[in-house]
Amino acid sequence: MNIFVCVKQVPDTETKITPNGDGTFIETSSIKWIMNPYDEFAVEQALLLKAAAAGSTVTVVRVGSVQDTEALRTALAMGADEAILVEAEDNLDSYMISKALKGAIEKSDKSADIIFSGKQAIDDDCLQVPQLVAQMLDMPSVTVVVGFEHADGKTSLKREVEGGTIEVYDVSGPVMVACNKGLNTPRYASLPGIMKAKRKPLQQLSLGDVGVSADDRRLKYSGFQLPPEKPPGKKFEAMEEGAQAGVVAEVVGLLRSEAKVI
Amino acid sequence: MSKILVFTETTADNVKSVTIEILGRLQGQEVDVACVGDLPADGQKALAENGAANIHKLNGSGLEKYSPEGYAKALKNLIDKGGYDYVMAGSTSIGKDLFPRLAGMLDAGMASEVTNFTMDGGNFAGTRPLFAGKVLAKVEIEGPKPHFVTVRPNALGMPESATAGAGNVQEESADIGEIKAAIREIVKGASEKVDLTEANIIISGGRAMKNEENFKILNECADVIGATVGASRAAVDSGFAPHAMQVGQTGKTVAPSLYIACGISGAIQHLAGMRTSKVIVAINTDPDAPIFTKADYGIVGDLFQIVPLLTEEFKKLLGK
Repeated sequence: MNIFVCVKQVPDTETKITPNGDGTFIETSSIKWIMNPYDEFAVEQALLLKAAAAGSTVTVVRVGSVQDTEALRTALAMGADEAILVEAEDNLDSYMISKALKGAIEKSDKSADIIFSGKQAIDDDCLQVPQLVAQMLDMPSVTVVVGFEHADGKTSLKREVEGGTIEVYDVSGPVMVACNKGLNTPRYASLPGIMKAKRKPLQQLSLGDVGVSADDRRLKYSGFQLPPEKPPGKKFEAMEEGAQAGVVAEVVGLLRSEAKVI
Repeated sequence: MSKILVFTETTADNVKSVTIEILGRLQGQEVDVACVGDLPADGQKALAENGAANIHKLNGSGLEKYSPEGYAKALKNLIDKGGYDYVMAGSTSIGKDLFPRLAGMLDAGMASEVTNFTMDGGNFAGTRPLFAGKVLAKVEIEGPKPHFVTVRPNALGMPESATAGAGNVQEESADIGEIKAAIREIVKGASEKVDLTEANIIISGGRAMKNEENFKILNECADVIGATVGASRAAVDSGFAPHAMQVGQTGKTVAPSLYIACGISGAIQHLAGMRTSKVIVAINTDPDAPIFTKADYGIVGDLFQIVPLLTEEFKKLLGK
């Protein structure tokens, strides 16, 4: 089987994000980059599937800057076979990234049997790329996947929707799977895995190589700013048992009279 | 003025309220609404009262159950006929899954999960949070029309006044052809409550809940005030609650009217997921917990003592 995984490199979740000088994007100079957390579930599921289907290869694809290749190196160290990097700025929109991923997959000369990705990237939080790539490759997609089974060319997928309800999908043939937390427990890269990863093939392409140009931009962002700070709230001391009932009554009273939310 | 199609989902007896929030913001534009399957009578009335000119009800073989391919094909047929400038929906489970595919079919741009927007001169300009709400940015859409937009539930608020539309109901039969990924089965979640992403009130527990069993004191309070129960990543990673309940950067981003944080210290990735809540109450034994910097009302105290008192006080207030 030809298994592909689309990964993105994003700022660590603990990062403090600040707008850049002219408000066109964020300040990226001092960011610690990691593989998008949801993509770890995608890599893990690809490796589990490879282990179960002899003769499979796992190819990891990423569109983004070369200043750091943490995401691809992590995926290779976890056990992926090869990687493709489409070099681009880190502020491409979902449409451009999807078109680049599609171009890279098509250029690889392997027809994709299954493609995994995270359900969303935690940088722009658009939740568009898996569905767009699937549409561009004329494949079905199932998103927010928390359960995966594959046998004899048939895939059964559990998608989580509102209220923890699960939709069970059956798919024959190629499918794009957008993974959610809970699907599996991603492995850590072992030391031998990290050493081996250094010798694995990493192909580098330009946006032009995969058929993407400036005309493909669909979103224009401006005015990046920090969200407005709230004025300081009211704080009540209620560690002493004697004070608790009074404090709670006062807060509930304020929720009705002042905040008007109850 | 622009011509806009709003896709709506229905509840048991109405349309989802995010649809009415969107219609409120589209006053003065030419607005049609589309739904798949039956539309409850109260929902149809609400759509007309809030400005819908035409209400398209899509039906056809294969549309009995949701599928992104089937719904996208049915809506694309309607969009091809209608000449729309914009197509909008709530950023719900279906909206998030469906709209990128639909936009992709038309090579069109899409702004996901905006929290505010204007339609000056018929042109869309939105605001959306990025990096889980750590920053906000203005977003505009370029390229071929129609342009696609999804809107975060509860973010715009319900309109205070409305100009009614004709509300003409059009039955459309859609031929959607083959579906490659179809739902075989739906397993209902344990929760009958409204989802965190659409909840008006949320009460969440953190690591200080100590175990899964203790969440029952939050459930009891939630039942009194009609809240949905959430959890921090620390509580989820400790196995006290399922991931479906997680609020934060790697969980759900929420925007309720009232958010009550119990025993949650306020890690940056949790704050990112709930900071747009209108009113925040925090209960924590640590007076220096970061959550207090975001709280409108902070109670320095032990949640195991405070929450039951809170439940009793809400009961008194609400006459329960």
